Amino acid sequence: MPESSLVKDGRSSSVEYGASPLRQFSQSSLLLHRNSYMLSTFCTEHNVQQCLSHINQEISSLGLPPVWTESGDSSELNIVAVLNCMYDLIQLQRRGLRTLESMEVEQLKSSSSIDHLQLTITRLKEQLELSKRENTGLLERERQLQLKAKSLQSCLKNEKEEVQKLQNIIASRASQYNHEMKRKEREFNKLKERLNQLLVDKKEKKQAIDVLNNIGRADGKRSLWKTEKTEAKHEGEMYKTLLSDYDARHRELVLENAELRKVLQQIKKDMVSILSSRKPAAKSDKPEHSGVQATSEEEEEEEEVFDSSKESVELYCFHAREKLTNSIRLQWRRLKSHVERLDSQASLVQMVESKNTDAVPQETQEEEMDRLKLEIQQCKDFIQTQQQLLQHQVSSACDEETASLLSNCYMLQEKERLGDEWKTLEEQRKIFERERKNFTEAAIRLSHERKAFEEDRATWLKHQFLNLSPFADSKKTPLLKSKSAFLISAETEAAATVAPEKLIKCPSDTASPTPRCVALASASTTDLCRTLCFIPENSSVQPKTNGEHVEESGTFCGDVFVQHQQWEYSEDHTLSQEKNSSI
Amino acid sequence: MNFSEVFKQSNQLCKVSPDGKYLATCVQYRLVVRDVSTLQIMHLYTCLDQISHMEWSSDSLFILCAMYKRGLVQVWSLEQPDWHCKIDEGSIGLVSSRWSPDGRHILNTTEFHLRITVWSLCTKAVSYIKYPKACQKGIDFSRDGSYMALAERRDCKDFVSIFVCDDWHLLRHFETETQDLAGLEWSPNGCVLAVWDSCLEYKVLLYSLDGRLLSTYSAYEWSLGVKSVSWSPSSQFLAIGSYDEKVRIINHITWKKIAQFQHPATVESTKATVYKEVERRPAVGTDEMSLHNITTGSTLFNTQSKYEICSLPVQVPVVKPDPDRANPKIGVSVLAFSSNNHYLATKNDNMASVVWVWNMQMMSLQAVLEQTSAVRCFQWDPCHPRLALCTGNTKLYLWSPGGCVAVQVPTEGGFQVHSLNWHCSGNSLILLGKEQLCLCYMETDEEDK
Repeated sequence: MPESSLVKDGRSSSVEYGASPLRQFSQSSLLLHRNSYMLSTFCTEHNVQQCLSHINQEISSLGLPPVWTESGDSSELNIVAVLNCMYDLIQLQRRGLRTLESMEVEQLKSSSSIDHLQLTITRLKEQLELSKRENTGLLERERQLQLKAKSLQSCLKNEKEEVQKLQNIIASRASQYNHEMKRKEREFNKLKERLNQLLVDKKEKKQAIDVLNNIGRADGKRSLWKTEKTEAKHEGEMYKTLLSDYDARHRELVLENAELRKVLQQIKKDMVSILSSRKPAAKSDKPEHSGVQATSEEEEEEEEVFDSSKESVELYCFHAREKLTNSIRLQWRRLKSHVERLDSQASLVQMVESKNTDAVPQETQEEEMDRLKLEIQQCKDFIQTQQQLLQHQVSSACDEETASLLSNCYMLQEKERLGDEWKTLEEQRKIFERERKNFTEAAIRLSHERKAFEEDRATWLKHQFLNLSPFADSKKTPLLKSKSAFLISAETEAAATVAPEKLIKCPSDTASPTPRCVALASASTTDLCRTLCFIPENSSVQPKTNGEHVEESGTFCGDVFVQHQQWEYSEDHTLSQEKNSSI
Repeated sequence: MNFSEVFKQSNQLCKVSPDGKYLATCVQYRLVVRDVSTLQIMHLYTCLDQISHMEWSSDSLFILCAMYKRGLVQVWSLEQPDWHCKIDEGSIGLVSSRWSPDGRHILNTTEFHLRITVWSLCTKAVSYIKYPKACQKGIDFSRDGSYMALAERRDCKDFVSIFVCDDWHLLRHFETETQDLAGLEWSPNGCVLAVWDSCLEYKVLLYSLDGRLLSTYSAYEWSLGVKSVSWSPSSQFLAIGSYDEKVRIINHITWKKIAQFQHPATVESTKATVYKEVERRPAVGTDEMSLHNITTGSTLFNTQSKYEICSLPVQVPVVKPDPDRANPKIGVSVLAFSSNNHYLATKNDNMASVVWVWNMQMMSLQAVLEQTSAVRCFQWDPCHPRLALCTGNTKLYLWSPGGCVAVQVPTEGGFQVHSLNWHCSGNSLILLGKEQLCLCYMETDEEDK
């Protein structure tokens, strides 16, 4: 921005210019005064008179009272007047200076404002220039865009024309193609015809049937001559099949209609009962809302509607159907209004209850709410079924057909499902029974063995008793201790010995025994032993028997276990069989 | 589940007689008839050339063997092994041969679909039906065998002719409102004929037996349309699979859509169970298996499969079809209703490894079977709600409402199941490999008891 800097410089210089001459002037004037005082020889001894008159004149010209009056001869200088004059002069001078200063300031201000204005002018000029340039640019662009638009439009036009042309071409091609096709087909047909003719003309020997001996017709009848009679018969048969089909369909529809009618009747009955039960309640509740007369009229009307609908259900004609739909519509509206009223009532009750919650206990309120909700739900269900029915009645027969089919199908599927469930349950029951039998057998065997053991023990005891010797007492106590200790260890050992046995056995028996199963099985066997009282709790009372007993129980456990294991396998087997069968 | 030994077969020609007593297989130019129960050879017939098509007559007394290259058809009798019949179509050629429902006539379609020749085995009489249309399914017999619907093309218009199969009397002949008829199929009760347009236009027309147009159904326009059509066994529903990966179910009263099954890439339906096949090689070296397995051998080297139930939502593998090629691999190509009408199995071509099973009672997705490889073939048990499928590996897969199971076919040399057929009793399955076959016996309830 060289211009602006230049302008600035100029301004500053002008300011200096402005300031300096004034100062010079004032200084020079002061100097002039002093100089005049000191140097000028305005007044001398000789020319006092002239001076006086001159000054007087001057002063008077300035509009001040004269300093000196020529009163006769006494040309006396009036000092007071002089002083006054001087004072006035000084005052004047001061004022002049002040005004000068203010003028200077004013001048400065105005010059600066001029500068400023000039600056703004230049700036505005620049802006103007710029906007002018912009404007021209925009104008240019607009022109270009317009040109472009024009070209595009022409392009579009061309394209459209092209499309039209292509479409025409396509259409013509299509027609040509169709034409060609037809021509070709005709030609083809002609060729076929010709070929056929040729074949016929040639009486080609090759085309032949060679049958050893003719076979009879499948139905055993002889073939008939083609006569008008057969033709009529064919027609008759055709119409017969068609008729039978329509008949079957008609029968189905009638059946379905009857069923639907039944449903409709039931719904009507329900609705009547509901609406009539509501009526007295409404009457007793708020007789002020509707006049008694009106309600009775309404009732009558309603009854009439119901009656008419009842009749119309039995009828088949078109009018009856219309009546029916009308009555249904009416009832439906009524039900809707009823439900709406219930809704509003419910909301009202709610509001009231919310108002005096203190008065009404919470429970009763909730109960009421639940009851109302239930009622609403019922009503809604009702509405839905009715709506469906309405649709059924109004819409064509096809929907009825499908609906009934669907319902039938639901039933069928349900039945199937139940059958399947029953089957599985039966199978399970069988398995359980088998298991139970096995267990009872085992229990029986156990009891047998126990009995035998009991007998053994008795004989042994007897022997012991009979062979009671004085030396036996000393042996008794250590024996007791060791055996009771042995009892515990043996019990654990029994399980321990069983487990390895099982593990060894496993691979030979089956391909997939899991260790989890082993642990479980061993636990169950010890449990079994314990529950079957083969590890007696009263062992300390009869200590002598323990040794044998433990051994026996141990082996027995093993035995039982093996059996149990086999059951498991058999179970597995049955399961796998089941799987197979299900597949 | 038990498996028979493996027998040879060629061209995947292996069929059980309609009465379920015999099993006929073709091996090159020989026709072998076995007893289904004992699998012993009952008869052996030798044809003049390699057999390209074989079919049982409806009364299980005759077998038709067609040799298309030679333009020859040979018929064999089970009751009289000496009896023979040979039909020579001559230079006109042969592209298709089939029995009429009475088992006494043979319908031969000549080359270029010039005509259909009807040969009578009773009288040796020949009759011709001209202008048959060459299309996906241009001929269909009603289930009871009394009527035949035939698609025809005359003067660049589609026609349908309905014949009485008894004496080939033309019962009805009418023009159809199709651009290019692609197929027709009788409803199982034989009263309604479904006709559909080629894939360029979504259009299904329903005609009554007497030729009246009952209804027209079109789901959308300007896009590839119908890919497959199937009637439910009760004739109650018509399932239409299309290129937009949806199946639309049409009812038999108003002929309007009552349900639409989508095949989304992400299964989110809470009612559906997603079974995913998981392959695993048996872990070698674990103590419990090693000895046992080495002694029994074979299974050690085979991968085993099992199904895992996936928690929803499940992402199903999707292959994007090539848009530049004709017949894009997208859309529902196979539809099959179970015999009791309760289920519908579908396959969407761009999710080739997935079979969808829909519940027709709830009109909802019941199960999704995600296989490790593309599903080759699936078929419902004719007696039970049970679906068998194969994916071209050594396993057989079965689905029933109770669950899903994968079974290894225990044959040596890697028997790969390419196709399968149920025996009409539903007790056994015929598994067809590339050049072999094997029977799979289901365990029935009686055996369990």
